[in-house]
Amino acid sequence: MLWYIGRRLLQLIPVFFGATFLIYFMVFSLPGDPIAALFGDRPPAPGVIEAIREQYHLNEPFIVQYLYYIGGIFTGDLGTTYSGRPVTALLAQAFPVTFRLAMLALAFEAIAGILVGLVAGLRKGKLFDASALVVSLLLISVPTFVLGFVLQYFLAVELGLFRTTAGPGAPIQDLILPALVLASVTFAYIVRLTRASVADNASADFVRTATAKGLPRRRVVTVHILRNSLIPVVTFLGVDIGNLMVGAIVTEGIFNINGVGGAVFQAVIRGEGPTVVSFVAVMVIIYMLANLLVDMIYALLDPRIRYAK
Amino acid sequence: MSQEYTLSSTATADTSANAPLLQIRDLEVGFKTQRGLVPAVRGVDLTLHAGQTLAIVGESGSGKSTTAQAIINLLPGAGQVTGGQILFEGKDLTKLSSAAMQDVRGREIGYVPQDPMSNLNPVWSIGFQVEEAIKANGIAQGRDARKRTIEVLKEAGLSDAEDRLKQFPHQFSGGMRQRVLIGIGLSSRPKLLIADEPTSALDVTVQRTILDHLETLTRDYGTSVLFITHDLGLAVERAEQLVVMYKGKVVEAGPSAEILANPLHPYTQRLVAAAPSLASRRIQSARRPETTDQLDISSVGSADDRLIARADARESGTHQDLIQVTNVSKVYNIRKGGFKTDQLKAVDDVSFAIPKGTTMALVGESGSGKSTVAKLVLQLESITSGSITFDNRDVAGLRGKELLNFRRRVQPVFQDPYGSLDPMYSVGKTIAEPLVAHGVGDRASRQARVRELLDQVALPASTVNRYPNELSGGQRQRIAIARALALKPDVIVLDEAVSALDVLVQGQILNLITDLQAELGLTYLFITHDLAVVRLVADSVCVMQKGRIVESASTDDVFDNPREAYTQKLLEAIPGAHFQFGR
Repeated sequence: MLWYIGRRLLQLIPVFFGATFLIYFMVFSLPGDPIAALFGDRPPAPGVIEAIREQYHLNEPFIVQYLYYIGGIFTGDLGTTYSGRPVTALLAQAFPVTFRLAMLALAFEAIAGILVGLVAGLRKGKLFDASALVVSLLLISVPTFVLGFVLQYFLAVELGLFRTTAGPGAPIQDLILPALVLASVTFAYIVRLTRASVADNASADFVRTATAKGLPRRRVVTVHILRNSLIPVVTFLGVDIGNLMVGAIVTEGIFNINGVGGAVFQAVIRGEGPTVVSFVAVMVIIYMLANLLVDMIYALLDPRIRYAK
Repeated sequence: MSQEYTLSSTATADTSANAPLLQIRDLEVGFKTQRGLVPAVRGVDLTLHAGQTLAIVGESGSGKSTTAQAIINLLPGAGQVTGGQILFEGKDLTKLSSAAMQDVRGREIGYVPQDPMSNLNPVWSIGFQVEEAIKANGIAQGRDARKRTIEVLKEAGLSDAEDRLKQFPHQFSGGMRQRVLIGIGLSSRPKLLIADEPTSALDVTVQRTILDHLETLTRDYGTSVLFITHDLGLAVERAEQLVVMYKGKVVEAGPSAEILANPLHPYTQRLVAAAPSLASRRIQSARRPETTDQLDISSVGSADDRLIARADARESGTHQDLIQVTNVSKVYNIRKGGFKTDQLKAVDDVSFAIPKGTTMALVGESGSGKSTVAKLVLQLESITSGSITFDNRDVAGLRGKELLNFRRRVQPVFQDPYGSLDPMYSVGKTIAEPLVAHGVGDRASRQARVRELLDQVALPASTVNRYPNELSGGQRQRIAIARALALKPDVIVLDEAVSALDVLVQGQILNLITDLQAELGLTYLFITHDLAVVRLVADSVCVMQKGRIVESASTDDVFDNPREAYTQKLLEAIPGAHFQFGR
């Protein structure tokens, strides 16, 4: 098992270089001059542009720029944005915010989704099941920004239950409403997935045997139906950890949260190669670690899965 | 054991000592469907006294399993008891609350399910699943529960129980899992054990060991057993009392020996006649040319004269070997983590020959390599060494057109009539597919051929437009045979082709393939684990064990004078092999 984890971690290295190289190349190829855009309508002194180009190695060919960047990484220097802030500071500011938002959304969709799915699956064809299916279909079909604005208006503006937008530093209580919006679609999928899986397992032979053994219904459900049903659900949640951590531009935009999504968006607009690449590299690593985590949980839930040494 | 054979529900015993342990009165069970309530059990009566063993026999769909499940309310969601009583020690189980029923399950009435593969939860260890039952029934708690778990498993025949507690079901063989399930069923020393086809998924030899063991255990504990089975031989051998069910009703009940010696109901008579282990001698004699009562289990007329003529030709020695398998081995490489591989010799130096127009049976337990031989003969897998010739041509290196020609002449029929037909293809399309694939004829002539084939396998022409899910197992197997016949092959490889079918249907299909052989001069390679069936259809038998052929002789020799201990063991294990039956 340890061998397996080690091998998976080693895989991070080539993926890291491949991903940064590709992203760097794409940002480099974007049309437009980032420096000219910095100054807008008022042209700077002639020497200034040259000096900035020199500072950011913008006169060098692509591959040299990339090597400068990679060299910087090993000394802990990810470069600075064109406005002079160190990229590391930007990362340190954006990722914790997105992390809090993602974890809240994940907790909501996992707990509520599995719970509703379990009950619906056990009562297949009954009223609760039918309503759960209708609601989840609604959540899947309504675009996130519509749901975001609607909830923002009714819950925050009209009823005043939440603050309309997140305050500075995005404290947890300001992130609850955005997390609900962010989790809504995945919640709907989790409900459906859990429901199908539970309904499947509830009629399995081993569940009948468990009942025949004389176990109480509660134990049959939790020990024999739920655990088996969670296997596909966990896979789905794991993929979603990745999605949530790389930020949600739309939700962050609606609630004015300074997270990863917004930061990357701004950096792409400004053509700031090092910034974009640094963010993406962190995202790639998070994505891969999340997948590794899923595979570990998978093996924990299903003893038939054993990874080769 | 002394017991009185009181099976009618009118036998009312007033003293509690004489009262039956289980008495089912006029039980009715229905399933809710969109077309209303469909009855599955229609007025069943049966009585089981303490210490007795009773078997309910019937084909699938007869309501025997539903009756058993109704006793401890294990009916699937749509099923419900709609009438009658189930009296267990005097209390009516149909009226119990779910909490009270929970106390009866496991503690008072144990249950051993049919399929050991699907009845243990794959994600929990064996020890956990046994211990859970012990704790839930209040037999022992904590450290004692663990000790009791080991005891239970040892009693069920797992000698190394301590070491295997932490293992998971997938690390156990089918027989071992069934032992675990029997252990669970008996863990609380219930007064009654319901065994629902407890061994039908297992090999005959494993079946014998397990049933022997179960018999010893239940006798020692004085447990009554309610067997549910489709195997008449097994029922006679293991139960004193027999209840025969047909379409949700009890058609005959009484002491098993009596029923089998003198079956009164026409259905029981058919069942007795069709049970292959029982009728085998009769069929064998029919195979000899001097006898004229050809295949008398057959309800359809069989082509006696041609059969006899063929048998004559065979015995006069004018035959030729159509298939010759010489020193064939098949080795599989098994990945063992990293780059290491292990070699598994699935087939080891196997040789046999099948004369044209005869049937050779390949018999063995699962894992003996018999199905691998089928795949090798069909050229679905390549051989590692040795040679296979068909019609005096080596088939090993056949490619392209030649391979296609070979396939046209050698066709398979597989075990599972549910899995081997495409559910999205109509019957007509399925049967015509080989014709299309080999570019035989045009649309009209293919349609005519399909009709002809359906007629040959005794299905109505209207079947053409139906889909597999609308047909029964027997009908599907007929279609699989029709598909195999479509290209007018010389050889059909039947890989466990009747193993999944009920006795009556099995009898019909065996008749069909015997008739087709007589009519079309087919050569069969018949692969099965069931020796009883072999006697009905085969001219010669090869017995396989662990990849090797251990005995090879004519069917008569194998059955009358088995040379190898292994063959004797297989013959011994046929349920009800030693019973003589009246008709």
